[in-house]
Amino acid sequence: MHWINAATMIVMIGSGWGIYDDSVIFHFLHFSDTFRIGSWAAKSLLWHFAGMWVLALNGIAYLTFGIVTGRLRERMLPIRVADVIHTIRDTLHFKLTHDDLTTYNAVQKILYLVVILAGISQVVTGLAIWKPIQLSWLLALFGGFQGARLIHFLGMTVIVGFVIVHVALSLLVPSTLWAMLSGGPRLGSRQAGRH
Amino acid sequence: MKSLFRPLRAPDRDVLDEHRRMIRAAERRSLIRGGLSLGALTLLTGCDVSDSGAVNKALLAISSFNDRVQALLFDPNRLAPEYPASMVLKPPRFNAYYEIENVKPLNGGSWRLELAGLIDNKQPWTRRQLAALPQREMIIRHICVEGWDYIGQWSGVPLRTFLERVGADLTAKYVGFKTADDYPSSIDMATALHPQTLLATTYAGETLPDPFGYPLRLRTSTKLGFKNPKWITAIEVTNTYPSGYWESRGFNWQSSL
Repeated sequence: MHWINAATMIVMIGSGWGIYDDSVIFHFLHFSDTFRIGSWAAKSLLWHFAGMWVLALNGIAYLTFGIVTGRLRERMLPIRVADVIHTIRDTLHFKLTHDDLTTYNAVQKILYLVVILAGISQVVTGLAIWKPIQLSWLLALFGGFQGARLIHFLGMTVIVGFVIVHVALSLLVPSTLWAMLSGGPRLGSRQAGRH
Repeated sequence: MKSLFRPLRAPDRDVLDEHRRMIRAAERRSLIRGGLSLGALTLLTGCDVSDSGAVNKALLAISSFNDRVQALLFDPNRLAPEYPASMVLKPPRFNAYYEIENVKPLNGGSWRLELAGLIDNKQPWTRRQLAALPQREMIIRHICVEGWDYIGQWSGVPLRTFLERVGADLTAKYVGFKTADDYPSSIDMATALHPQTLLATTYAGETLPDPFGYPLRLRTSTKLGFKNPKWITAIEVTNTYPSGYWESRGFNWQSSL
């Protein structure tokens, strides 16, 4: 599910930039066509409206799996202020440990939750922009058409920011990469931690 | 020639048997690795892949699937919100596949609206005849596929009223339009019969100015801006998919809001 999401996110972001360039929100910001997916707006839209199905269905599958098995709650909660301070202190002392990849530290938990919420927000604001009349009640939540467009854009910046940090940190700790490719770490502590 | 790396003495066959599972696992791993690098390759050559015929065909197939989804989502009784007259943009924003300087005004006196396809009475219509039909006014938001929007005030004959008057087959699938600026367009029958779909003849209470489609244009509240052809010269009711100027270039046909 992670790699389906990663590939779809690249498609959605790249094609989204192509659509954005047709009528920019910030006059100083254009995306170079090197980074756009789709040679012009029509193509970018085709990619975006194809990718949306994969993104939404994969996301629903991920959330359903995470909630039903309790995995989401187990991994992401609780987030305690003391833990956050602890993680930050460890990081500044270069003492952050990565022995057990199955346990997230407090800052990881926050970042993963934020990006999951941003992903949900992208789907919901995307629906509001796509169907502003059939789903006018949804559009009203985001302060109208341009409001929804702006939030959709900001959601993208949150996800792009996350991806940069996420990829950089996983490259710093190569054992995480192998875990992601092979389907998960096989550590003794995982069994011990469960029971 | 014998490989330099081949051992001089063949290993005992038992060794092979003992490690068969391991060998098989190694093969599986390389297959996964190979598959991953193949996947990475398609990302690197993204441009070529996206322009190839097969990918394009798949994207267009999904787009026509999206047409059907949008038809299901469309509620024929749901009205687009209307706004106070104080919010109306004057003049409206111009947009076409050419610049405003290249607009070729039509002569309203000699203009006729031709009819074709599944329509009982195909007699052409004049401006005066159209003006004698019941009119409706609406102040609605125009949303462009590019992302901008504005509030506009339009009035004219509801397309439903007109189609009923000329005896059109209201069970047909499509209503197609031909325009003086070679901008063919078409909409689904459900949208054609929506109360906020007008054959518009005025903007902000005045006769439609030349750049905005004089003497007759379509204005539907439930579709993106490009689905509203200007300078209409002919209407056809048909069951054959008529496509449109931008649709034939890859934009989604339904494009409903």
